[in-house]
Amino acid sequence: MTTTLYTSDHEWLAIDGDVATVGITDYAQSQLGDVVFVELPKVGRTLKKAEAAAVVESVKAASDVYAPISGEVLETNEALAAEPALVNSDAQGAAWFFKIKMADKSELGGLMDEAAYKAHTA
Amino acid sequence: MPVRDDQDSLKRTPLYDLHVSLGGKMVPFAGYDMPVQYPAGVLKEHLQTRASAGLFDVSHMGQIALRPKSGRIEDAARALERLVPQDIVAIAPGRQRYAQFTNADGGILDDLMVANFGDHLFLVVNAACKDADEAHLRANLSGDCVIDSLADRALIALQGPKAESVLAKLCAEAPSMKFMDAGPHKVAGLDCFVSRSGYTGEDGFEISVPATHAEHLARTLLENPDVMPIGLGARDSLRLEAGLCLYGHDIDTGTTPVEAALEWSVQKSRRTAGARAGGFPGAEKILAHFDHGASRRRVGLLAQGRAPVREGALLFADATAREPIGKVTSGGFGPSLNAPVAMGYVPASLSALDTKLFAEVRGQRLPLTVAATPFVKNTYKR
Repeated sequence: MTTTLYTSDHEWLAIDGDVATVGITDYAQSQLGDVVFVELPKVGRTLKKAEAAAVVESVKAASDVYAPISGEVLETNEALAAEPALVNSDAQGAAWFFKIKMADKSELGGLMDEAAYKAHTA
Repeated sequence: MPVRDDQDSLKRTPLYDLHVSLGGKMVPFAGYDMPVQYPAGVLKEHLQTRASAGLFDVSHMGQIALRPKSGRIEDAARALERLVPQDIVAIAPGRQRYAQFTNADGGILDDLMVANFGDHLFLVVNAACKDADEAHLRANLSGDCVIDSLADRALIALQGPKAESVLAKLCAEAPSMKFMDAGPHKVAGLDCFVSRSGYTGEDGFEISVPATHAEHLARTLLENPDVMPIGLGARDSLRLEAGLCLYGHDIDTGTTPVEAALEWSVQKSRRTAGARAGGFPGAEKILAHFDHGASRRRVGLLAQGRAPVREGALLFADATAREPIGKVTSGGFGPSLNAPVAMGYVPASLSALDTKLFAEVRGQRLPLTVAATPFVKNTYKR
């Protein structure tokens, strides 16, 4: 059973036990435009909440993706290297960025549920 | 405390309402509220222009007429030659040429297009420089020319392989024009100035139209299913793939035309031993660069990976060198090339084609190769 939470920086986290799958929201991809490159963190890297974890680049500009939670990167989505446009076509599905083993689940407290995120982007 | 709203101080082109009605995402650019993209997005707009035709609003650019007080066009041409290193006298009636205003240090104040319209010269200059350019012209050429700012005209670019067939329906002479032909023509019955040129590397036209009729003309062009509106985002990626300089980035007051690899734009008549050698601001330095070479040069750069290398990235001779050897002045992703493209300045000794360099991006050294421009073959109708 997974729960999906959202950050005010337009990332989503699908929580499954101690592991969170992280990506950017459909709203974020629509604002960025056509994604041409995604740089992902190295597997094994320990991320601190709010540090730059990934970079997503459109034709025009590069944008940082911040770690929504602290923990160790377990896996990254290799498919994004070959097909960055997945971020535009399936931001909240096939275009997940990385999976992280959460160090402190209490950090989830400040995140939004879907209804709150919808209100945030309305 | 009152907060200044920048949106309020932005100027609008005659096509502003059209951009908004087409869903354009409006952003500030050179003091104007301009569409950076439409709902199709930068990637599709770029590819549309290379495959079919795109319509661009470039009305923010300055349009200026130089009218000789003597009535002889050659006097206006000779006067303008005091400010640019180009041969203006040799521009035949109905033709246009790329030029630069230079300063006393040999740097570039702006780049521009100069057309000979028979009884006067027609100039198109950059939006951000147009007030300074006009003041520069008034300060230096008022003795010989009436300087007429054509602020009541819009400028529409129609670019791409289908631009000719689209424009032919509204302007019978369009198909017979060649690259860099320019002159007054009727378009959809309107008194326009049409040139066969642009800023995309594609065949195409730029159409100067009275402001009051600009929206009508733009809508008429957009009714053709081969045409889509294109924003500034794709305009930038198209010109970058075409290897064309963006003023204020790839060229500025600190770069000479030779450093900028624009030697092709300076005719022999203005170089050392030419019929009218020198006589423009910064001639001493610019001609010395021609005669002895410049120590650095603008080059095209292709990345080996997929990561775009953007403006400001420092360039290094190898993967570990501490001192940068140059800087990227324009860079991004080339949708037609489906790869990152960039240009920047490097020492002359490292400017040969295929020289391997590195750019620092987010703390990593990414390998680059000095490459020929245009990155994408241009399709001008010569």
